Amino acid sequence: MAASAAVTANYVLKPPPYPLDALEPHMSKQTLEFHWGKHHRAYVDNLKKQVLGSELEGKPLEHIIQNTYNNGDLLPPFNNAAQAWNHEFFWESMKPGGGGKPSGELLALLERDFTSYEKFYDEFNAAAATQFGAGWAWLAYADNKLKVVKTPNAVNPLVLGSFPLLTIDVWEHAYYLDFQNRRPDYIKTFMNNLVSCEAVSSRLEAAKAASS
Amino acid sequence: MAIRSVASRRTLSSLKESSSKLLGLRGIQTFTLPDLPYDYSALEPAISGEIMQIHHQKHHQTYVTNYNNALEQLDQAVNKGDASTVVKLHSAIKFNGGGHVNHSIFWKNLAPVNQGGGEPPKGALGGAIDTHFGSLEGLVKKMSAEGAALQGSGWVWLGLDKELKKLVVDTTANQDPLVTKGGSLVPLVGIDVWEHAYYLQYKNVRPDYLKNVWKVINWKYASEVYESECK
Repeated sequence: MAASAAVTANYVLKPPPYPLDALEPHMSKQTLEFHWGKHHRAYVDNLKKQVLGSELEGKPLEHIIQNTYNNGDLLPPFNNAAQAWNHEFFWESMKPGGGGKPSGELLALLERDFTSYEKFYDEFNAAAATQFGAGWAWLAYADNKLKVVKTPNAVNPLVLGSFPLLTIDVWEHAYYLDFQNRRPDYIKTFMNNLVSCEAVSSRLEAAKAASS
Repeated sequence: MAIRSVASRRTLSSLKESSSKLLGLRGIQTFTLPDLPYDYSALEPAISGEIMQIHHQKHHQTYVTNYNNALEQLDQAVNKGDASTVVKLHSAIKFNGGGHVNHSIFWKNLAPVNQGGGEPPKGALGGAIDTHFGSLEGLVKKMSAEGAALQGSGWVWLGLDKELKKLVVDTTANQDPLVTKGGSLVPLVGIDVWEHAYYLQYKNVRPDYLKNVWKVINWKYASEVYESECK
């Protein structure tokens, strides 16, 4: 999912690109059933109700996100719109049999901007572990550079002028059934076993093309 | 004989230290996890024993540990005159110190049904609630609605504004204590609406947690605090 081609004026709850049990044992089917089936669904349903009859109705998600961020003084539809976007982006950031060190252009840029994959890994882990309360950690592309960003609650790099490439949800609902309080274990499992390097690489290509 | 008395002296001194450790040149006080005045399973079925154990032994303990670490680092930075480190530590102190403060209040805000949990407040606090909110039901409805609507992590509070002499309902984000919303606010009842407070039992249905938690709210403690602040 390219950064600029965002979802759909119909605000559809798109299923993840794999069955709900496909990420086991690293992320349980039960987690997917609640996280996608209840949390993500509620953001989509509530957004539809919220923009019904307003000037935002029918506008693409990204439009709503950019127009309700309001420099951090969030307007009411922001949370639902951004969370709908963030969660679709999150499912597509993972794949069965994922994780590990990437290759090609993505690895080259990681080595250029972080010195090594290991340094990126540590920085991404630290951001995800230290985002206090609810939020997300991201690999993003801005000013022709890769960087790690952490955001609170529903905020995402779109409103910060960056192209998101990868995200991990660190709201407690994302990991509590599988890991309880052990967020660091969840983050490591995500990095080692779940990240879709293909998705990240194709988003990087789109970001570079959009920036040139 | 001699060995035994050395051992018991060490035990005594470590007992003293366990409640207030002295560290650093100026002896900063550090903190320990307070005990719960009830068993982990005593709040069932409103809050499961599994949640209570993890919430207390893992989440609250982590706030205590990290708060102590931040205080040690703060002490060193202050002693060295390292102003930028002192300022940098501010957020770790607020998060973790706030987490310790808030959870310490929370455990006292809860009680098993057979120890008065859920019994409506009487006396001065009961009267004040009726005055400000119409009825206890009115207060419960307001706090539950605000707790359910809170985005992300935080707390919903019943507080006393000491200056204005009135009860208020407010929310705080993350582990911000109630006093961050107003210097004259005293917390009477706080309800943790971080997902870790209810997820294993109620999953995404935070409103169900908020409906049930009132069955174990310890109004006796809230009344004591209210009456002592009103003197």
